[in-house]
Amino acid sequence: MSHKSTYEPKTGFEKWMDERLPIIRLGYDSFVDFPSPKNLNYFWTFGGILAIFLVIQIVTGVILAMHYTPHADLAFNSVEHIRRDVNWGRLIQAAHANGASFFFLAVYIHIFRGLYYGSYKAPREVLWILGVVIFLLMMATAFMGYVLPWGQMSFWAATVITNFFSAIPLVGEGLMVFLRGAFAVDNATLNRFFSLHYLLPFMIAGVVGLHIWALHVPGNNNPTGVEVKTKADTVPFHPYLTMKDLFAIVVFMIPFAWFVFFAPDILGHPDNYIPADPQVTPPHIVPEWYFLPFYAILRAIDFNIGPIDSKLGGVIAMFGSIAIWFVVPWLDRSKVRSGAFRPMFKWFYWIWVVNFIGLTYLGAQPAEGVYVILSKTATFYYFAYFLIILPFLPRIETTLPLPASISESVLAKHKTEAAE
Amino acid sequence: MATQSEKQTNRRDFLYVATGAVGAVGAAAVAWPLIDQMNPDASVLALASIEFDLSSVGVGESVTIKWRGFPVFVRHRTPEEIEEARAVPLDALKDPETDAQRVKEGHEEWLIMIANCTHLGCVPVGEAGEYDGWFCPCHGSHYDTAGRIRKGPAPKNLVVPEYQFLSDTVVQIG
Repeated sequence: MSHKSTYEPKTGFEKWMDERLPIIRLGYDSFVDFPSPKNLNYFWTFGGILAIFLVIQIVTGVILAMHYTPHADLAFNSVEHIRRDVNWGRLIQAAHANGASFFFLAVYIHIFRGLYYGSYKAPREVLWILGVVIFLLMMATAFMGYVLPWGQMSFWAATVITNFFSAIPLVGEGLMVFLRGAFAVDNATLNRFFSLHYLLPFMIAGVVGLHIWALHVPGNNNPTGVEVKTKADTVPFHPYLTMKDLFAIVVFMIPFAWFVFFAPDILGHPDNYIPADPQVTPPHIVPEWYFLPFYAILRAIDFNIGPIDSKLGGVIAMFGSIAIWFVVPWLDRSKVRSGAFRPMFKWFYWIWVVNFIGLTYLGAQPAEGVYVILSKTATFYYFAYFLIILPFLPRIETTLPLPASISESVLAKHKTEAAE
Repeated sequence: MATQSEKQTNRRDFLYVATGAVGAVGAAAVAWPLIDQMNPDASVLALASIEFDLSSVGVGESVTIKWRGFPVFVRHRTPEEIEEARAVPLDALKDPETDAQRVKEGHEEWLIMIANCTHLGCVPVGEAGEYDGWFCPCHGSHYDTAGRIRKGPAPKNLVVPEYQFLSDTVVQIG
């Protein structure tokens, strides 16, 4: 990686290996003696938590695939078979289903951390973009996984989401039929979703590799946003951050375990325990909680905008709400990286977070009355944050003085704490 | 020497382009079956038209039947519903169509439509919504008694499939 390698092969085998495939050197430089800023807080442990959850999902998923049947007539019962008959199947299925929720919880914290501390800014734009790609792959994977139990919610989620593509002018209808493999969602759709649901996690793992590579070139951002200047600003990754990450992982696992053991279905919808029925839509369909903010944005556009009809407009707004993350590094014009030194930005940032949680709430409400107006307002602020506040706030904002280095900021903090 | 050969097109350049072109066509020919297998297969496309006997559907009742994997509404409208649909001025509509354009002449009481909301494909609930027609619970689209979109995110009226009356009580859809 980009820092100078400090690895010295000691045993004969290590020396032999180092001259042929320096993989031990790569591991040592990346995860043992990787210089990390010494002021990283607990928000920096979510990368490690996410890596663990990717592993959990792949391991439990491969096991579930051994007992699952991807056929429209059999899929629903095969999931029940896993939950009732397969040894430990109840726990493995619950870990996989709730694992998806905790994976998304962790990724949202990870993304919001990046937005607050300006981790997307130069020279970490590619790192950030790869993260957005991972998030999109996660969404596709989670959606297709949700279809596999072939309950009512599964079926109608598949119908609604494949229908997004029919909004595209000219080719949309054909594309939708292409994706479904039938005119309406059917067995062909279930089959291919199973295949792709098995494929995508490995693509995620691949992009995660690139994400870590792109992280290790400039190194970690940190709460001050001031780059590492000397060795005194850093600690080696192992044991300092391996232990900190491990501790955070254990803490994060506690609520996860509670859900798996005591409330495995609480995050799901009762309607998904009704087998799929193409004739009847459940009275109130909602996606899984982690898609609700984007669902609220989709529904907020119920009016035509010039030649763009309301359906296409909603789909553009929904995909746009994530696509806009790709250009955040260039939208944010502030020279100060960390939000900790931006007194006005902080307010807009926290309003944005509350607004995002509000969109989550609104996505779960029926599309009527006051919820429609609130959804529109929240959608407006969501985009205004990226398109108005990030580019123009730096013109009027006076930022706080930055510490000369990470070490100085750490020492200053100790001094004030000692004085108190 | 070097600059001269860069400017002139020689036989080797032609071979490069020709090889590249053949390679690209070959790659596309290999890729096509891998892509096209995603499209509906022969068994899906073979779904023929269906016939349906209307005599079992009384006035004010509707049934949902399946055609090409789609649910289809067959609604026996009441005279009040027909009246209500006809009374709507065209400029009040998002997707302007008269009531007569959505039914067959002489069979105005029968409304036959694909039962998927034109927004994102949910099946709307009958005799509901602000216009006494259909209401889609997914994203709040309201349709009137002729199945026309009146309010909400759906862009189009509910789709009327191709169908014909074989007799007064039997229709053929498709």
